[in-house]
Amino acid sequence: MSEHLIEVRDLKQYFPVRVGFFKSIPLKAVDGVSFTINAGETLGLVGESGCGKTTVGRSLLHLYVPTGGEVYYDGQLVTERNIQGFRKNMQMVFQDPYSSLNPRMTVSDIIGEPLDIHKLCRNSKERKDRIRELMDLVGLNTEHANRYAHEFSGGQRQRIGIARALAVNPKFIVCDEPVSALDVSIQAQIINTFEDLQAKLGIAYLFIAHDIFVVRHMSQRIAVMYLGRVVETADADEICEKPMHPYTISLMSAVPVPDPKIARSSKRIPLQGDVPSPLKMPSGCAFRTRCKYATEQCALECPKLTDRGDGHMVACHNM
Amino acid sequence: MKDFILDVNDLHTSFFTPAGEVRAVNGVSFKLAKGKVLGIVGESGSGKSVTAYSILRILDNPGRITQGQILFKGQDITKFSKSEMRKFRGSRISIIFQDPMTSLNPVYTVGNQLTEAIRLHTDRNRSEAWERAAEMLTLVGVNEPLKRLKQYPHELSGGMRQRVMIAMALACEPDILIADEPTTALDVTIQAQILELMQELQKKLGMSIIIITHDLGVIADMCDEIIVMYAGRVCERGTADEIFYNPCHEYTKGLLKSIPSIVGKRERLVPISGTPIDLLNMPKGCAFCERCDSAMKICLTETPEEIRMNHDHLAACWMNVAEVYKSERAGENAPAAAEVKEAEDE
Repeated sequence: MSEHLIEVRDLKQYFPVRVGFFKSIPLKAVDGVSFTINAGETLGLVGESGCGKTTVGRSLLHLYVPTGGEVYYDGQLVTERNIQGFRKNMQMVFQDPYSSLNPRMTVSDIIGEPLDIHKLCRNSKERKDRIRELMDLVGLNTEHANRYAHEFSGGQRQRIGIARALAVNPKFIVCDEPVSALDVSIQAQIINTFEDLQAKLGIAYLFIAHDIFVVRHMSQRIAVMYLGRVVETADADEICEKPMHPYTISLMSAVPVPDPKIARSSKRIPLQGDVPSPLKMPSGCAFRTRCKYATEQCALECPKLTDRGDGHMVACHNM
Repeated sequence: MKDFILDVNDLHTSFFTPAGEVRAVNGVSFKLAKGKVLGIVGESGSGKSVTAYSILRILDNPGRITQGQILFKGQDITKFSKSEMRKFRGSRISIIFQDPMTSLNPVYTVGNQLTEAIRLHTDRNRSEAWERAAEMLTLVGVNEPLKRLKQYPHELSGGMRQRVMIAMALACEPDILIADEPTTALDVTIQAQILELMQELQKKLGMSIIIITHDLGVIADMCDEIIVMYAGRVCERGTADEIFYNPCHEYTKGLLKSIPSIVGKRERLVPISGTPIDLLNMPKGCAFCERCDSAMKICLTETPEEIRMNHDHLAACWMNVAEVYKSERAGENAPAAAEVKEAEDE
């Protein structure tokens, strides 16, 4: 038994983008991301769109073949060759419950598919019982097993997606924005479902979202990404209350607070300009073009994540 | 007496679909004072966008205003002819749409689209309109406006496009700006820039804004007054403080309880049970009663009227009637309360 359930070391994911007839340049979607997740723990991953948080989740599961870096599950190196065996332990819940379920399959087909692939049921009765058990677990009415996905609402579809991920008894699930397509009143139901499952089955999550309050609620630790790199990781409450990286500080101040008195008294720290194109990444620290503390050193050298006490890691030269 | 610039009175809008009449807006009334920011909040399908589209009469084909009045400075917009409406739209009331990616025309330059609106509603000539367009882009914080005017929408980022949309909406100095989920498609840091900009412009130009959103954070930040909608009806209205600190409708209470705490106390969330309402099969009584934990017998059969909770706070919930009845048991001056009593006795 290894110390960490999931260990990601220097993960890189480049996509070739054609710029001419023969020439292509790499789009560095993820550029050297490292983190660890313990059994039964939730790591939150936040950042703006295009910062590579979804790509991290996908390359971690080898849905893309990573350009560089290593992923370890329970101390064992995960490679392209043996990923099939690890899929039983690592699963994913997707963002969009409307496009991630096959419209031609019934709920029991969808949930049963991973059972068939991994040959987890000996006979059809066992399979049927297992599907019912899973539907029960995520709060779906077991009588609806023969319905099609379009007959369900967004929240229920997301539950089907969760049941499908749970079918193989995974120890780790990547949740890629699982609640952002849902209405506020339904979000809370799904968040509670995730929490109940973690308490009951001891599953670890990589929880990817852009809503900081949701991530803070779900996670023990949070990592903040900007343009393919992690700029800050810390304990969830610590990072929300005492952010240290200039980007995290702006990000936290920009989140609208659902409380009129706090909203009126708090001051936003607006960022200048837009996110640079990942094809034309600034040299050194990627954030320097929008950072008011940027110095010459920032342009020359990419800052490394360094510990500022109590495991609060920040990647910035000017601390 | 306050100066109300817009007075929506008992608005009903329906979509006549093959499956039946969908009552998207079902008797909505509100008044908008000059220079105020009104927030309309509700989940998808609550009729908040349709209310906005009805005000501008830009409903898609099977949709129609079936009843009600929309008074703009005393004139009824619903009685306007098509050509009157064309003159009215954009010059007096304009709208910013949710998705800046799809609401600009990809085959025309930004300048072309901006000057079109200006030349349509004012008597400026081409070069004057071009100047005005550049001026508007500067106002909304677009750098190098003269260069941007010659660019196509795809050359701009999402935040920039939304700024262009705002510039277009404000070019003719409308009295009312309707912002339909103006920042939903944007990232938080860009959202903060756009909200800041809207607040600034509102103060500078003294216009009224109607913000439609499902994000309680945006509402808390921007609005003087809030309307909470559910299933095409207004279920609660009041000042921002009243709605957030003293919610009186079970739906609003549920909504506020279902968002994670901002101070980081990891209390279990209290979700609203059930699923969003099916507008084709609306229940007879209160639309929320199927998902309401404290639903009473009367909720199933009678639609609650809006009841004044205090000076600037109204809520349409039978629970409040029951409470008023309990507190005024001796007085017996609330006729509705008597009905509740009967329902409780059954």
